[in-house]
Amino acid sequence: MYSPVTRGSGRTGWSPGFLVKLVLIALVDALGVYAVLAAWGAESWGVLAAMVALLIVANWAYFSKRALPLKYILPGLAFLLVYQVYVVAYTGYVAFTNYGDGHNSTKEQAIEALLVQNERRVEGSPSAPLTVVADGDTLGFAIVSPDGAVQAGTADQPLEPVDGASVDAGQVTALPGYDVLEYAAVLERQQEVTELRVPVSDDPNEGSVRTQDARTGYVFTSTLEYDSASDTMTDTTTGVTYTPNDDGQFEAADGTTLPVGWRVLVGLDNFVTAFGDDRYAGPFGKILVWTFAFAVLSVASTFLLGLFLAIAFNDARLRGRRIYRTLVILPYAIPGFLAALLWSGMLNRSHGFVNEVLLGGASIPWLTDPVLAKLAVLGVNLWLGFPYMFLICTGALQSLPTDVLEAAKIDGAGRWRTWRSITLPLLLVATAPLLISSFAFNFNNFTLIYMLTGGGPRFDDASVPLGHTDILISMVYSVSGLDGTAAKDYGLASALSIVIFLVVATISALAFRRTRSLEEIA
Amino acid sequence: MNSRTAHVARRPGQRARWFSEIGWRHLVGIIAVVYAGFPLVYVVSASLADGGTLTGSNELFASVSGANYAALAGTRFWTWMANTLVVAVATGAGTVLMGAAAAYAFSRFRFSGRRVGLTALLVIQMFPQMLAFVAIFLLLISLGNVVPGLGLDSKLSLICVYLGGALGVNTFLMYGFFNTVPREIDEAAKIDGASHAQIYWTIVLRLTAPILAVVGLLSFISTFGEFIIARVLLQSEDSWTLAVGLYGWVSSLQDANWGLFTAGAVISAVPVLALFLFLQKYIVGGLTAGSVKG
Repeated sequence: MYSPVTRGSGRTGWSPGFLVKLVLIALVDALGVYAVLAAWGAESWGVLAAMVALLIVANWAYFSKRALPLKYILPGLAFLLVYQVYVVAYTGYVAFTNYGDGHNSTKEQAIEALLVQNERRVEGSPSAPLTVVADGDTLGFAIVSPDGAVQAGTADQPLEPVDGASVDAGQVTALPGYDVLEYAAVLERQQEVTELRVPVSDDPNEGSVRTQDARTGYVFTSTLEYDSASDTMTDTTTGVTYTPNDDGQFEAADGTTLPVGWRVLVGLDNFVTAFGDDRYAGPFGKILVWTFAFAVLSVASTFLLGLFLAIAFNDARLRGRRIYRTLVILPYAIPGFLAALLWSGMLNRSHGFVNEVLLGGASIPWLTDPVLAKLAVLGVNLWLGFPYMFLICTGALQSLPTDVLEAAKIDGAGRWRTWRSITLPLLLVATAPLLISSFAFNFNNFTLIYMLTGGGPRFDDASVPLGHTDILISMVYSVSGLDGTAAKDYGLASALSIVIFLVVATISALAFRRTRSLEEIA
Repeated sequence: MNSRTAHVARRPGQRARWFSEIGWRHLVGIIAVVYAGFPLVYVVSASLADGGTLTGSNELFASVSGANYAALAGTRFWTWMANTLVVAVATGAGTVLMGAAAAYAFSRFRFSGRRVGLTALLVIQMFPQMLAFVAIFLLLISLGNVVPGLGLDSKLSLICVYLGGALGVNTFLMYGFFNTVPREIDEAAKIDGASHAQIYWTIVLRLTAPILAVVGLLSFISTFGEFIIARVLLQSEDSWTLAVGLYGWVSSLQDANWGLFTAGAVISAVPVLALFLFLQKYIVGGLTAGSVKG
């Protein structure tokens, strides 16, 4: 009677469970506050807002008595929102921008990059005695101005006066807050030193200090000049003025553009490129057709073989059934990437096991001929996938209701008739949802394609890195340029991802509706 | 006498009947086992071959030596193995904990937004996370500017990304299973004074252990072999997973690295193969309930 009533979030008081909760929340809060401060420092307002929101919700959920279900859903939900829902939404946004090489950043960053890239040493510009210094691991320069004052800075920290430096024969020998680098250390990091630029001030128009010999610094200023009032770039050597255009680039009157742009919304341009551009439309059409063909044929072939084996082994009189079953599902127990790599070696044209041993020294271009490569991909996927179908068909066959089968027998139905009118429909109802997931899985079976053929052999009519066995997802990967073989085009890659999303979602939705109607009939 | 002549007379017919009912199944079985097994026999043989090249691996068991296995010590293979196991075990455990908690909430509590939440999960399931790898890459660049540990080239951020896909894939499977545990059990415990947390940890999780094992295993296996996100996120060789590392060997110098690859493949297939064969019964149960292995 003296103990408090327990309700809502459970016991009141300091039970062990409550202490564990307190410690966990304290940890989460500590990490969260650290992330908030770091986001503040890095000026990432989006991350900051998301972190604050998550922290508030987490603390409310675990200390309020009214948020019982949320206590259990929140951990998974937080990850789901950040790493799945957000990224899918962000994909949708990027699909409508020109994000990629040449359009990598915001306009401010693009302007700064343009100014930095066009820095030249101006003839007759002032030089000053320079010393290479280091702040921890970061290199910096210290220079002595003509009036004897010492200034120091690093790549991220513009020059600022430093008091208390020791200067000997015009060179800085000691500097508070920095270590003066020995000659040997400078030699060791020679390239870093010659590439280092220390901004003169926060305004990029003022240029930077650089050095070639680590002893004398020169002021470099940009041949471009940005005027923020009129939002134009002017080339001071030629006098040409560049104005920003709709594509996120500075453009001169004669149509020439400056190389660094920024990302802007481009509407449906990426989708138009995929479906209509000469370079992409042809390969895209072929790849779309092949993706469907690959997914459908893979499901069909693995299902038929799996079903056939399931029927063959589904007889209680068969001795050694368990051994057969265990051995037959072995390919399924091998991680998919290993199998694909293994087959890529076995199908090698000149040294592979298949050509050399099984076909007695033939030289069949399994992975380099457009048609054979497609067959090879399907064949390898058959090997990889039939055990899964075998497993689910076996499961479905064993759970068929025996009374229906008996009724068919009593009604005088033969083996074939029973099979076609009873077994198969029931089997399809049981396995249809799995066939659909299998279709969706194969539609995006990147690992197999990328490891087996790399999408090759290449189309010969395209300037884009795509090939005959590429499916949509591997096309997205190539177009995105993340493997380093092509220019990065995140916008187009995201647009293609959206196309895949739409295809897979539509098919899943239609198919699930159909299976439901199948079940109702059955 | 009579029966003996009948026996003799029936023999050829009997054999034909035996073949049409049982014998052909053995024939199919043997063909299927050879088909399923010969690449595996080949990879074991190649991993034991002396030369360690693709060309020299074609004669099965022509030489048997552990040279390729020993040579793995001179590569980053064991680092990759450790990375892969860390990532896969953490993802498997995290997936089970978070998925089970969410399934428990959806199965046991009635709250506003429950139906919407379940439908939303069903819809999210249709959007495979790997398709958004470009956006994931860009997200991690900006997260990395804030907290380096959550940026590119970090195992922690890879685990976080995989956990993001955890709820979408397996909550439904668990939700269905949780619903089969009678609510009367929780109610009895509640009357006895157990809190919701005690019910969850000591009753529901124990009763649903089989499905938890299945989800954990499938998540472990699919993380073990995941390639595209790992390839995009992990940039330095020391943080690669097996899939990225072994791909690197085969794609750069297939012929010369073949021995290393096959030895590595045999070793890395062992944990998954062992799990699979020992826990076949559970995994098959989970598969027929709707999961897909990667």
